[in-house]
Amino acid sequence: MRIVVCVKHVPDIQSDRTLGADGRVVRDGGDGTLNELDENAVEAALELAATDKGSEVVALTVGPPDAEDAARRALQMGADAAVHVLDDAVAGSDVFATATVLAAAIRRVGAAGPVDLVVTGMAALDGLTSMLPVALAAELDLPALTLAAEVAVDGGAVRVRRELDSASEVLSAPLPALVSVTDQANEPRYPNFKGILAARKKRVEVLTLADLGVDPATVGTAGARTQVVGAAARPVRENRVLVTDDGTAGLKLAAYLVERKLV
Amino acid sequence: MSAPLSGPVLVLLDHHDDAVRPSVLELLTAARSFGAPVHGVWFGDGLEGALDALAGAGVEQVHRVGGLGDAAHLAAPAGDAVAEVATLARASALLVTSTFENKELATRVGVRTRAGVVVDADDVALEDGRVVAEKTVFAGTWTTRCVVTTPLAVVALKAGSIQAEPAPAPSTPQVVDVHVTPSGQGRVATLVERTERPASVRPELSEAQVVVAGGRGTNGDFSAVEELADVLGGAVGATRVATDEGWIGHDAQIGQTGVTVAPRLYIGAGISGAVHHRGGMQASGTIVAVNSDPESPIFEIADFGIVGDLFTVLPQAAAELRRLQG
Ligand SMILES: Cc1cc2nc3c(=O)[nH]c(=O)nc-3n(C[C@H](O)[C@H](O)[C@H](O)COP(=O)(O)OP(=O)(O)OC[C@H]3O[C@@H](n4cnc5c(N)ncnc54)[C@H](O)[C@@H]3O)c2cc1C
Ligand SMILES: Nc1ncnc2c1ncn2[C@@H]1O[C@H](COP(=O)(O)O)[C@@H](O)[C@H]1O
Repeated sequence: MRIVVCVKHVPDIQSDRTLGADGRVVRDGGDGTLNELDENAVEAALELAATDKGSEVVALTVGPPDAEDAARRALQMGADAAVHVLDDAVAGSDVFATATVLAAAIRRVGAAGPVDLVVTGMAALDGLTSMLPVALAAELDLPALTLAAEVAVDGGAVRVRRELDSASEVLSAPLPALVSVTDQANEPRYPNFKGILAARKKRVEVLTLADLGVDPATVGTAGARTQVVGAAARPVRENRVLVTDDGTAGLKLAAYLVERKLV
Repeated sequence: MSAPLSGPVLVLLDHHDDAVRPSVLELLTAARSFGAPVHGVWFGDGLEGALDALAGAGVEQVHRVGGLGDAAHLAAPAGDAVAEVATLARASALLVTSTFENKELATRVGVRTRAGVVVDADDVALEDGRVVAEKTVFAGTWTTRCVVTTPLAVVALKAGSIQAEPAPAPSTPQVVDVHVTPSGQGRVATLVERTERPASVRPELSEAQVVVAGGRGTNGDFSAVEELADVLGGAVGATRVATDEGWIGHDAQIGQTGVTVAPRLYIGAGISGAVHHRGGMQASGTIVAVNSDPESPIFEIADFGIVGDLFTVLPQAAAELRRLQG
């Protein structure tokens, strides 16, 4: 089985994240990481590959120079190869443009041997839109089995279980297909010493839009269908109250709710 | 509002049997503010029972999509159907409630129609003839405003973001039947099994005005959390720890990989306030936290923080509220 796993480099969610006036994430370098939820995606890809001898897992990222870290991390976890699409024209791309670029890169990986499965995280913890997997599946004309809490491949078909707001579902599709996995799907492994050493010997292949035959005018800010016109940090909460329970805190809470007309 | 929209505003009419979900009435209120005709898209049966409610909300036309069967639950065929309706109706905007399923549907519509899409919006308005959506990002710490620059604007609005109001005058909705054939639209997944969760007696978590949530500090005993939620007429939420432990269903999980809530009042008990959890509740109106550890990060964002044991504070508050309510 050949599996492509899409990984994204995002600002660390534990850090103070800011937006520029153009609405783009300020990347000051150093505090970025592999999107946590993509660790679940890499883990799922590796586990599925382990069920089928001779499988290959290719990590794919689209992003600025430091996005290579995300690809490296996937290699350390155990991916066999990595591709980084790096091109200034990509900056400011919306989800549809990003999907176009990822799709082109996946087709290129496919040229060396068919890709059976594309795995993504459920969301990138920067924008948290969860839109990319569906957009990418549409670009590649693959069935999308999203938000998988469980995933299995058997006899040329993939099957997932997913928990939605109001229902629990089982979906299935013949390969090739795209799967997005949630944080329920598995427990991502930590790269071990052997993995880190092995990753040093692996190369991250860098590709430009020209290599992929993608017209730069269709991506980036120019191709974006939405435009951020304002960004502001939310005001800090004022008049905050902190009390220590002296046996009457429940009464104080009730009084607070009544006074604020919250009941 | 200088320039009106050229075409109608289409609203996805999520429904349970023949009743539209409360969030749909919010979408219809937003749609009416655009000053263009308001249309709805309805999947499957039951529309007759909802027509009164839709008339009260000013819906002029309902596009009823049939023939999809189970595939109506899947983003690709359902999104393709909505894209077809939007094109036929020459819609200028499509509004849906921001659930995981609808965000995927909206994305698919974007792929099919080249529409610009904003999901997880807190507000939407027409400004100078353009659709502008507001959303909070970075775990609720930033607010951004996005203009959609395409002829069709798709916005997924979070439930509870705006107040639903009836139309100034009721309409007479015209029903148009649309038949779509799911075949021949590319490769899609099949729905093998779908189990609807039984409806809770409490309000829907994503739509509730009041949410009381419990974490590891409950140690598996949610009775105090539930009691306070019921006194306040609220929904019950939880952290991932609590759902992972199986103390409560996964659908109760609030946070970056669970439900995003922004109720008027959020009360968190026995919750430390990890960034993953905060991302799903930080935009709430008033935040109350009850935690025995004064160092808990949740106190950094709480309007009213109580350092104390949830098993004494919550029941006391519930009893006092009951007494005050008489
Ligand atoms: C990729 C990823 C995604 C995640 N997504 C989510 C998500 O969507 N939602 C989510 O919630 N978490 C999520 N998490 C987990 C998150 O990081 C935290 O582990 C989790 O939110 C902690 O839950 P908690 O506050 O219940 O537990 P803890 O952090 O253990 O906190 C328990 C708190 O209870 C207090 N306490 C104990 N006893 C009492 C008592 N008797 N009275 C009052 N207070 C008491 C303690 O002082 C403590 O502060 C995610 C993690 C990862 C890695
Ligand atoms: N620039 C990118 N490069 C590689 N993968 C991406 C990129 N953006 C998004 N993804 C993948 O798509 C998933 C969902 O992202 P999103 O739709 O942006 O929330 C992520 O978990 C990644 O697997």
